[in-house]
This record gives sequence, C-alpha cells and structure tokens, in this order.
Amino acid sequence: MSSSDISLSESTSVSAFEEQAPPSKSRWMHWFTYILLIAVAALMLFPFLWLVSSSLKSQVQIFAYPPEWIPNPPIWQNYVDAMTFRPFHIYLRNSIAIASLNVIAVVLTSSLCAYGFARIRFWGREFWFSIVIATLLLPSIVTLVPQFIIFTRLGWIDTILPLTVPIFFGGGAFNIFLLRQFFRTIPEELADAARIDGCSEFGIYWRVMMPLSKPALITVAIFTFLASWNDLIGPLVYLRTPDTYTVAIGLAQFRGALTTRWDLQMAAATVMVLPVVVLFFFAQRYFIKGIVMTGLKG
Amino acid sequence: MTTTAEVRNTDPRAQPLLKRRLTLSQRRNITGYLFISPFILGFLLWFLIPALIALYLTVHRWNLISAPQFVGLDNIEHLFNDPLLPQALKATFTYTIVAVPLGLLISFGLAMLLNNQLPGIGIFRTIFYLPSIIPAVASAALWAWIFNTEFGLMNVLIRSLGGPKVPWLQSPDWALPALIIMSLWSVGGSMIIFLAGLQGIPDIYYEAAEIDGAGRWKKLRHITLPMMSPVIFFNLIIGFINSFQVFVAGYLITDGGPTNATLFLVLYIYRTAFRSLNMGYAATVSWLLFFILMGLSFLVFRYIGNRVYYENPGE
Repeated sequence: MSSSDISLSESTSVSAFEEQAPPSKSRWMHWFTYILLIAVAALMLFPFLWLVSSSLKSQVQIFAYPPEWIPNPPIWQNYVDAMTFRPFHIYLRNSIAIASLNVIAVVLTSSLCAYGFARIRFWGREFWFSIVIATLLLPSIVTLVPQFIIFTRLGWIDTILPLTVPIFFGGGAFNIFLLRQFFRTIPEELADAARIDGCSEFGIYWRVMMPLSKPALITVAIFTFLASWNDLIGPLVYLRTPDTYTVAIGLAQFRGALTTRWDLQMAAATVMVLPVVVLFFFAQRYFIKGIVMTGLKG
Repeated sequence: MTTTAEVRNTDPRAQPLLKRRLTLSQRRNITGYLFISPFILGFLLWFLIPALIALYLTVHRWNLISAPQFVGLDNIEHLFNDPLLPQALKATFTYTIVAVPLGLLISFGLAMLLNNQLPGIGIFRTIFYLPSIIPAVASAALWAWIFNTEFGLMNVLIRSLGGPKVPWLQSPDWALPALIIMSLWSVGGSMIIFLAGLQGIPDIYYEAAEIDGAGRWKKLRHITLPMMSPVIFFNLIIGFINSFQVFVAGYLITDGGPTNATLFLVLYIYRTAFRSLNMGYAATVSWLLFFILMGLSFLVFRYIGNRVYYENPGE
C-alpha cells in the first residue's frame, strides 16, 4: 500500500516536472557532471604537471615558494644530467631486453596452456585449472625467498635469467586465465573445419586460434611489458652490478644517491614514465579491453 | 597381386589395433597435458619446490653463507616475541582496511560519473585512468616530492588554503595516510572494471524502474548495486591481495619509517631475508602472510561472496 503510494506520488512529480521544462533539468545535470569531471581531472593531472614542471626547474627554482608552475627558463640540461649521472642507457637497454623476453615468453607459452585449458577435454583439466586460479590469488612474495635460494644454487644471481626464464613456464596464471577466457569465445566450428581438413591440434592452435586472438595477445603483451618495466622487487633481489640494472632499480638507486636533487629525480622519473604513456596512447583500446576482460568474464 | 591384397588386409586390421592402444580420450589426455605442460613444469619448479624449501627453512636458521642449522620451532616462536612483527601487521592491516574500501568507493563513484555519453567523455576516461599505469617506482619518486614538508605540492596547496604545514613523511601519524592518499591516485584500473560493469547493465531495468516510479537513489540501491555486486566483489578481492603486497611505496618513500609506521609486511620480509640474511625467519613470515591471505580470502568469500547476485548462476 505504502509502496504504491510512493511510486504514485513520485511518478506524478516526475511527469509534472517533465511538463514544465525537461531540457533545463538535463542541461543542469550536464553542467553539474562536467564541473565534477573537470574537478577530478584537475586532481588527477596535478601530479603529472608537478612532475614535468619540477623536472625542468633549476636548483633554485625548485625550492621557491610559491612554486612557479611553468619554469622560466626550462632547464633541459636536467635531463642530460639525469641520464648521464648513472649509465641510464644501459638500464634502458636491460629493461627493454627483459621486458621483450617476458612478452615473447607470455605470448608463446601462456597461449599454449590457455588453449589446452580452453579447448581440449582431458582428464584432470578442472584440477589443474583450479591450481591456475589458486596461484593467481597467491602473493608472489611467499615464494620469493626460496626462489632466491634456487637461483643462487643455479648461479643465476646477477643475470637476467631469474627475471626471464620462469616466465617461459606458462607465463603466469593471470595470462593463462585471460587468454583461456578469450579462446572460449572463438567459435568451435572454425577448429572443427580445420580438423576435417586434417589439421593437428597444434596446427589449430597455431594457425587458427593465434591469428584470431591477436587483440587478446596484444593486450596480454602490453600488460606483460608494463609489469616487467615497473617491477622493482625482482631486479632488487636478483641484480647486483650496475651493468645488469633496470630502469626501475636505477631510479630507486638514484633516490638514495641524490636525495635533495628533486629536479634530477623528477627528470629521471619522467623518462621512466614517458614510454608507458606513449604506449598507452598508441594502444589505448587494448588496455581497456584487457581490464574489462579480467574484470567481467571471471 | 597377393602382396597388395595382403597390404589391404593388414591395413584395416592395423588401424583398430592402434585405436585400441590409444583411444580418443587417451589421445586427448596426452595432447591436453602436452599443451599445459609449461604450466605444470613451472608450477613444480617455481612454486611447489619453493614452497617445500620454504617449509624446510621455517625450522632452520640460515644466513646463506654457512650451513643451515636446525632450530626446531624457534622461528615460529619468534613470531610471537618479535617486536617488529606486530608493527608490520599493524601497518599492513591499517593500510588495507583504509585504502581498499576508500579506493573502491572512489573508483565506483568515478565510474558512475564517467558512465554517460556526454561529448568529450573519452578524454575524461583517459585522464582518470592514466595515473594507474604509471610505474610504481616513478610514482614513488613523484609522491615523495609531493609530500615534501617544505616545498611539496601537497603542503603548498594546504598552505595556500590557510592550513598548517603537515609533516607528511616525517611523522609516524602522517606517513601512512600519505601513502594511502597516494594509492588513491591510481584507482583507474578498478574504475574501468566498474565502468564496464555499469555499461553492461541493460537499460530496460532502469526504464522499468522509472515506470514504477523509482528515483535516482532507488535505482542505485535496487538495480545498480545488485547488478554490480560480482564486479564489486572482484575488485574487493583484487584490492585486498594487492594492498597486502604493497612494497615499493614503503621501500622507496619512507623506508619503513618513521619509527616503523610504514613497515609493511612484504618490506619486513624483504629486509629480514636480504638485509639481515635471516632466511629461515623470512620464510616463516612469508608463510604467515600466506595464511593471512588465505584466511582473509576465505572470510571474504564466505561472508561477502554469498551476497553477490549472479544473473545467470552456474555460468
């Protein structure tokens, strides 16, 4: 009774409102939404502005109050100093090498495992897939100490091997899970057609599934690249000499060595951020696709 | 003539023989295991064996140099009288309990704000998402500078509004809140997941509710939230797991301080293992973290998981 009363009164009020001036209400809402959007966008962008602005300031300007938002003149030399203070080009090379190997490993082996889980009905599949999910939820830190001991025994410390070789074993539960979800959306009929033409299971995976899964593979590749590029604890534990350092660890060391040179720190941080932002703008739709895939099809 | 006839005769006999040796399902099993063999090998090499080594380490003392020494339950006993462990647990739990719900609330709100077709909305989506892909190390360097007491952006803004100078990273009371604020900058990932979820809710539900006279609040309460509950649940689990593993911020910005206020569990494990070279105790604390996460996941699944509404159960 009471609920019908509420609905009645509200519906009448709504209709009354609509008769009066529907466009003005929605226009007000639009303006309100835009104001909120711009306010949040400013909050989100402020740190970026601060980063770039600080990276172009002189040592005097950086400690000025109130701060200058646009440094005049901009000190581009900061970037040169930051890049040459330590052999940053070596760090860049190492980071790119490790990240590329990780991408290759994930694209090849995650997809292989994902195909097995998605398309072949074998004994124990559910069990092994539940193991995939379990390792997905488990923190990698738990195995950090014993893994370090294994790699020490193997003589892999201070090489990039601990940061690359394990990835070739399935490429991580997350990627297997993501690609399996994608493979399941590809119509079975395509595989059947190839099977009738005498294609082996591996042939179906390699010649039918992989080409059809390019968007998902690119997504996985991008996230793998980012994870490797951003990783600190791995390089921190396994790499010892500056020749093997990555950008992440280089920047971390930088902070310790140049505590008060915020200008140089911000320049180095900008250099580390830049490739990520560029990658994002070139491959935006794959980012969004990847996040949506992980979030919704689970 | 006879030879070809023989060949013809043996051929059909040979085939069923082969098939008897390997049935279709057996062949499928072999192919299946071949395909997932990288994962199985990886699981054994980088997960199961390390887990066994960790188990071995919990009853040993080892500094990597001399031979491991059996110490029985000393490491486990030490969990209870280690003065730093409660501090590490407190920092990690406080961080998680505040940062995860706050992050969920904000990312949900932002997703609602972005869920429309206004002109230019794509630009806002990009801007809101961008901070979440910034490398943690770069982000840490940047926020350490933002929270600088004398010249940092945060205090510049607070002072311009007439507020006091907050000793963000110098005070044990402010360091953790500073790191929580920093974590809120990168809620973009869960925000996009929420946004995709919101866009997946069919318009018919809202239209039907409007006909029934539901207002904005009722639509949120009775359509959006129930329909979004699986997504909220997913983000909650991911948020918990991520925040329990927070490391870079504590390591780079505050180095666990001041007075251990930001000594997160993973940072504590890292220090115990690689600075104090106490492998046995580090492995023990790792196990503790493992059990805490398992326990928490269980609780979340048990008490929140069954409140989740699934439109197509069993899918």
